[in-house]
Amino acid sequence: MKLADRVLNKDVRAVARLITLVENGDPEALPALKALYPHTGRAYILGVTGAPGAGKSTLVDKLTSAFRSRGQTVGIIAVDPTSPFTGGAILGDRIRMQRHYLDKGVFIRSMATRGHLGGLAVATNDVVHILDAYGMDIILIETVGVGQDEVEIVKTAHTCLVITVPGMGDDIQAIKAGILEIGDIFVVNKADREGADKTVKELEIMLGFNTYPQKSWKPPIYKTIAVKDEGISALVEGIDAHLSYLKDSGELKKRKLNQTEREFLEILQHNLMQQAMAKIGDREALTRLLSKIVNREADPYSLVEEMVKTWFA
Amino acid sequence: MAEEKQKKIRVLIAKPGLDGHDRGAKIIARALRDAGMEVIYTGLHQTPEQVVATALQEDVDAIGLSILSGAHNYLFPRVLELMKEKGLEDVMLFGGGIIPDEDIVKLKAMGVKEIFTPGTSTEEVIQFLRENIKK
Repeated sequence: MKLADRVLNKDVRAVARLITLVENGDPEALPALKALYPHTGRAYILGVTGAPGAGKSTLVDKLTSAFRSRGQTVGIIAVDPTSPFTGGAILGDRIRMQRHYLDKGVFIRSMATRGHLGGLAVATNDVVHILDAYGMDIILIETVGVGQDEVEIVKTAHTCLVITVPGMGDDIQAIKAGILEIGDIFVVNKADREGADKTVKELEIMLGFNTYPQKSWKPPIYKTIAVKDEGISALVEGIDAHLSYLKDSGELKKRKLNQTEREFLEILQHNLMQQAMAKIGDREALTRLLSKIVNREADPYSLVEEMVKTWFA
Repeated sequence: MAEEKQKKIRVLIAKPGLDGHDRGAKIIARALRDAGMEVIYTGLHQTPEQVVATALQEDVDAIGLSILSGAHNYLFPRVLELMKEKGLEDVMLFGGGIIPDEDIVKLKAMGVKEIFTPGTSTEEVIQFLRENIKK
C-alpha cells in the first residue's frame, strides 16, 4: 500500500515515517503530500508560543486532556531548538505529556528546528497537513521558547496563544513589537507567583493602546496555573470563543487565504530555485560563473537577467 | 546546489521502571546531542508500552534504555516484544546501567544490540551508534 493510503488508514508507523521523509527534505515525500492534500483543511490549528520555561509544554498537556475529554483527537507538534554548533538537539517537550502516550487519539511528534529561524521547524507546515489528513481534529503546535521576534507561528496557526509568566521584565518589554502583536489570546501562567496581577495589568494596558476596529477581536488575558490544572477550563472557553469569532467574522477564511498564499509562494520559490540550479549544472559550473563575476568579466545583475530570460523564453 | 537532504540520527533515551537515577541517561542524551544527533528524552518512570509508543511516533533509529533498578531481565525483553508487535524490528535497542555480565549475554542473544556498563566513555556510545545506524 502507498504511504498516503496507509496514513489515511490510520497507520501510525506510516505517519511517523512520512514526517521523517518531509523533515529530511526527501523527494519521496512529495507524492504522498500530493495525495493527502485533498484530505486536509479540516483541522483547527492552535499555536502555543512564549518564552522558554513559561510552561508551554505543560499547557499543551492540559489543553490536550481538555480536548480529549470532549472526544476530539489531538495532534501535537513540539518544536525544540537545534544546536547551531553541533546540529544536535534534545527534544524534551514530551516529558510533560506522558499521560497521552498510550492514547490512540493523540499523536505527538517532536521536531528540531534544524537551523530554521522563526520558532518553528522548516517542515512544520507539511507535518500539519499530514496530521490533518491523518484525522486529528485539533493540531497543537508548540514553538521553541521564543523571545521577541520569532513570530512565524502566525503563518501556520488559526489561533495563537502567547504564554507569559509574572516577573519577565518591566512594561517596556511588553511594548516591543513582535510577539505581543501575534497573540489572539494571552495566558499569564504560573499565576500563583508574585506579580501575576501586575503582569495582567501591564498586558491589559499594552493591549489597550492598540486600536481595534468595532466588532473585531480584542485579545483576552487568562491566568492559569497549569501544573495545578487551574484556569484551564476558562482558557478552553476562550479558545472556543476565538474559533467562533474566526468563523463568524470571516477571519478564518482570510487567515487561510493568507497562509495558503505564503505556502504557495514558498513552494514556488523552492521549486524555481531547484530548477534554476539544475539548469546551471553542477557545483563546478556554478563556480565558473562566479569566477567570471569575481574577475569582473560580468556583473551578477546582467548575468541573472539573461539566464532567467532564456529559461522563460 | 539543490537543498541538501538532512538525515539525522534520531535516538530515544528512556528510563523505564521505578529507579530515579537519571544522571547517566542525561549525560548520554547530552553527549549524543553534542555528536549532532536528535535525542528524544522522555524522563523518568516510563512503562515499556510508553517507550515503544514514543519510538513509534517519533520514528527513531534507536532506543536506549537506562536501567539501574535490577529489572533489566523484565524490561528489555518486554520492550523487544512490544517493538516486534508494532513492527519496529528495524529499530535498534541498546541500553546502559548496572547489569551483570551473564545477563548481558542473555539479553544480547534476545536481540538487545549492546549494553554499556559503568565506566563506558560517551565516545564509545557515539561511535557504536554511528557504526550501527545506517543513514
